[in-house]
Amino acid sequence: MFRIFESIGRYTLLMQKVFSRPEKMRIYYTRIMYEMEALGLNSIGLTAIISIFIGAVVTLQMAITLESPFIPQYMIGYATREVMILEFSSTVVALILAGKVGSNIASEIGTMRITEQIDALEIMGINSASYLILPKIVSTVFFFPFLAIFSMLIGIAGGYAMASITGIMNPTEYIDGLKYCFYIDEIWYALVKMAFFAFIITSISAFFGYYAKGNSLEVGKASTQAVVVSSIAIMICNLILTQLLRT
Amino acid sequence: MIKAENIVKSFDGRTVLKNISVQFEAGQTNLIIGRSGSGKTVLLKCLVGLHEVDEGAIYYDDVCFSTLDFRRRKAIRRDVGMIFQGGALLDASTVEENVKLPLDLFTDQSEEEKMERVNYCLKRVNLDHAHHLYPSELSGGMVKRAAIARAIVMNPRYLFCDEPNSGLDPQTSIVIDNLIQDITKEYNITTIINTHDMNSVMEIGEKVVFIYEGNKWWEGSHDDILQADNKELNDFVFASAMAKRARGVF
Repeated sequence: MFRIFESIGRYTLLMQKVFSRPEKMRIYYTRIMYEMEALGLNSIGLTAIISIFIGAVVTLQMAITLESPFIPQYMIGYATREVMILEFSSTVVALILAGKVGSNIASEIGTMRITEQIDALEIMGINSASYLILPKIVSTVFFFPFLAIFSMLIGIAGGYAMASITGIMNPTEYIDGLKYCFYIDEIWYALVKMAFFAFIITSISAFFGYYAKGNSLEVGKASTQAVVVSSIAIMICNLILTQLLRT
Repeated sequence: MIKAENIVKSFDGRTVLKNISVQFEAGQTNLIIGRSGSGKTVLLKCLVGLHEVDEGAIYYDDVCFSTLDFRRRKAIRRDVGMIFQGGALLDASTVEENVKLPLDLFTDQSEEEKMERVNYCLKRVNLDHAHHLYPSELSGGMVKRAAIARAIVMNPRYLFCDEPNSGLDPQTSIVIDNLIQDITKEYNITTIINTHDMNSVMEIGEKVVFIYEGNKWWEGSHDDILQADNKELNDFVFASAMAKRARGVF
């Protein structure tokens, strides 16, 4: 229990260091652009593949489950849209990104720690926490919501493709379902959640990497811990945000 | 000048540095030598502020570095260059970007001025052909030379080197040693080198401090070291078969 509080304290101190005034904004801008490509753009492929298949499978499952003369077919499109927008494109995609981006960040920063690259930055008078972590946080908080939108679109398209290709339902009814009871607030809710999750993934993974010590085994351990702790934090945050934003 | 006064440092109840006092002068190459695990790296990291001392004080000229807050330390660190054992170049940046980084962050120079300085430093260490190479594409000697270029780019007043010759062949080691010594003289830098390479000691050791089990055991110059009657120092200096034979000859 003491270790948990100690870790929370160290995490808070690290974040204080991360959000202190940057040395030179222009350098940070360049780094943010670099991280946006490394952490955001490079995750588009994975997000697309997973979203299209989940969208298709959700449509298939809904079509099988809701097969009843009392339930209109457009409800399948409606249910698929709700699943994709409300939970999959933000929460599930965030969990997937915690695995991909989180482990990447923790191992990158952890390796920099054990090979003394972080010490070298400190010796130069550079705030290493801010220089290394802030651009990652800014780029993911900005870019991940776009990934969420992309995931929604691809997932819904996957569902449509499933309906069209297999003939399990009428594609026109699917489109009708997508339009049924649509509120733009749902999109905002998903985007706000994703921005929070982006912060959680990046800051927690950076924390475990930044305080890694020892050898490559420890970096591997830090990377695993980063993914596990960020996933748990995402689930807790999801519950709190849903309670706050949807009720 | 850098001075350590009665510094003590412990890790998990184990005292690694025991009341060490030592002074390193500007314009000369100061060497800290000792066996692996004797505490010389910890001493160097305490001097540079990467470890906080438990007791004692560290002075950079007349400023007590160990009591300064983060912001004022940062100001002094702009005058500090350090060469790490593994080079510690940023893996994601090219040699040129590594060397240019301090200039980008701490100066208001134009791009032309910065590039002029980077070119000068890389030429100084004979790496003017390696601007766009990444650290993974460099040999061990080139990594060390790039690290030296990065360390001197801001015209430091204090230069710290942690085993700059480790993993290098004897000829490349001499090149690195001479380069560090030349830079020390040229800019009147206070240079502190951590090493257990006896070639470096004999080549450039104007002041040599021998650390034994966390204590300052002996200090003198490379000329004094061969005549010293300190048993532990002699065991260290004449440990190799070649040194033992050479001692018999002379």
